[in-house]
Amino acid sequence: MSPAAALQGFLARYGLIVVLAVGPVFYAIHDLATPPHSLVTLGNTLMAGVSNGAIWALVALGYTLVYGIIELINFAHGDLFMVGSFVSYGMMGTLGLTLVTGPLGLVGGLLVTLVVCMLVCGSLNTMIERVAYRPLRNAPKLAPLITAVGFSFILQNVGVLWLGGSQHGVPDLVRGSEHLINLGGVTVDREDALAIGVTVPLVLIMTTFIARSRLGKAMRATAQDPEAAKLMGINVDTTISLTFMIGGLLAGAGGLVYALYQTNIWFFQGFRAGLIAFTAAVMGGIGNLRGAVLGGLIIGIIQQLSDNRIGGEWTPVVVFAYLILIMVFRPQGLLGEETREAG
Amino acid sequence: MSVLADMRDTFRELRGRRHFTLVAGSIAVALAAIFPLLLSPLGTTLDTSIYAVAYVVFALGLNIVVGFAGLLDLGYVAFYAIGAYTIGWFGSDWFSSVTGNSGVHVAVGGQGATLPGIHLNFILIVVLAMVLTAIAGAIIGLPTLRLRGDYIAIVTLAFGEIAGSIALNGDSIHIGKFQLTNGQQAISPIDQPNLFTQFDSASSLRPYYWLGLAMCVLVLLVNFALRDSRLGRAWIAIREDEVAAASMGVPLVRTKLLAYAMGAALGGAAGAFLGTYSQAIDSNQFQFSFSILILAMVILGGLGSIWGVVFGAVALAVIDRQLIPNTLHNVPHDVFGLNFTLSQISFGIFGFLLVVMMLARPEGLFPERRRKLELTEAVGTTDESLFEARA
Repeated sequence: MSPAAALQGFLARYGLIVVLAVGPVFYAIHDLATPPHSLVTLGNTLMAGVSNGAIWALVALGYTLVYGIIELINFAHGDLFMVGSFVSYGMMGTLGLTLVTGPLGLVGGLLVTLVVCMLVCGSLNTMIERVAYRPLRNAPKLAPLITAVGFSFILQNVGVLWLGGSQHGVPDLVRGSEHLINLGGVTVDREDALAIGVTVPLVLIMTTFIARSRLGKAMRATAQDPEAAKLMGINVDTTISLTFMIGGLLAGAGGLVYALYQTNIWFFQGFRAGLIAFTAAVMGGIGNLRGAVLGGLIIGIIQQLSDNRIGGEWTPVVVFAYLILIMVFRPQGLLGEETREAG
Repeated sequence: MSVLADMRDTFRELRGRRHFTLVAGSIAVALAAIFPLLLSPLGTTLDTSIYAVAYVVFALGLNIVVGFAGLLDLGYVAFYAIGAYTIGWFGSDWFSSVTGNSGVHVAVGGQGATLPGIHLNFILIVVLAMVLTAIAGAIIGLPTLRLRGDYIAIVTLAFGEIAGSIALNGDSIHIGKFQLTNGQQAISPIDQPNLFTQFDSASSLRPYYWLGLAMCVLVLLVNFALRDSRLGRAWIAIREDEVAAASMGVPLVRTKLLAYAMGAALGGAAGAFLGTYSQAIDSNQFQFSFSILILAMVILGGLGSIWGVVFGAVALAVIDRQLIPNTLHNVPHDVFGLNFTLSQISFGIFGFLLVVMMLARPEGLFPERRRKLELTEAVGTTDESLFEARA
């Protein structure tokens, strides 16, 4: 093999990983070389990145599930996540959860909020699929994408009418910035524990459901080949609805965690979050569930690095630049093989 | 009923005759040219009309990319931004940070002739804006060449957002003494054009309207010529079936890049025009919703249908600039007793419009015959794979 071909092969396989590693490695060396010669700041950035990324993972899973089964970029998914945040804010008010609520009441109340959020977003997503995507299933691919954009705008407007056009503070119920664990300066805060503690079980339940249950099998079959699945007696429409339901459930959970984590919500959060989570899904390999989680964590870290080192105002540019680079050079992402059989 | 049928037959027969488009088009343009004389020279109707002609240019530009070539571009706002900033840089005192108190003046009049900085004639700026946006269009197009369908939409959207972010944070980008943009503060005042006469928006808006209308007519002619040209047929072939087009010898890379560049150039021209008309250029103008507004115009009229797109642009301009902020602004409150105004839900309305159009009449109100066939029979679009193995 010639050196050029070898280099090309190496880049094709590991190029993205190298590009992703450049940032953290650069800052690690930089921090070690300059006083106070410690990695604590970087460690804290990475920790914040992972917990932030756990939220993106929840949203990214919704993109990847839907894309895997009907090859639609569900543009309204980010705004669904926003609705999740808004519902959780509303529920906190309804249940009367405040900073003085006792720990037992708080945990119970938040669990109820979580369930309501998930159910609302799940049903909403199923409904949107029924109204806006199902009638267009045999239309050219751009048609459902355009209705998805339309629904994204409609949901944003619902948000505007609900809580107005400006940012809205959410009570810091979990007292997120209190340290829980301290590992030589690198702290795990309560909000980090919350994000990871909600994401991990949900992801495990969902992947087990898809891997083990009968309905999960139907989902995988439909994703592989809808026609053949139909011939095998699978109700494709129901299966697709179920997929949207699961995606919505996860987005709802993400919405609640985001509201508690950022303690700040507004109608436009979904647009940016949607693009970030979509980037995560593509990075992991769209259609690939593990990939979406991995991509979410990576994007979370990239975001935190950019926030702390480059400046928060440039974070969208950094994330979008990654999105474009991945799309161009490695559209199958880190883990994904091409998700669909040709033809 | 029979009267209607008669009228329809007469119309069909007329449409079949040679030069029908030419005659009908000339009459329409003549009417459009006389129309502002009936309006107050500073009124809101004229203001809306000026936006309408600018939107027609934008929509016809996007129509080349989305309608003809079938490449869904969700980042069209980038070209509006580049066009507007071109006139912001070369048609105001913005460059005085570099040139000091001296100025460069090329065929400008009015206030612009006395201020420092670089002041070029409007025509020069439009040409410059078109060149810059065409280059930007090709650059944005390049990475999407291997992608298809929805991936193109996301990449272009990302570029549009990057353009918006750069406009917003450009006040912290300095190239030597030159500051790229003014962020959320406006670059202002922008020179008013000096073509035949010195424009003055304080005394009459009519010259702006006529200038915009002239641009519209030019762009319309270009659009018709392109559609019936070899290049136009190549675009439509790519839209219908990329693989078949490539195997018939259509050069995919060049053809697609030309679509991006030409569509972008028209957006740049319209952006420069809106820049000088609005007299102020700030980052708030360059939002994703603008891309969607223009896309909604193209979809409402009918993807690829030139007259349909003109109609869509005028209709949405009237809705966006007149009905929502003025005429029907308080309807939710006055009629339904609801606690919001129509401008608060303006983009929800456009979103709703997109959904309804796609579900009820995906080919648009005035479909191009060929496109209608494609959409109803889904020619060549059902079996596309996600990313094509090298074009």
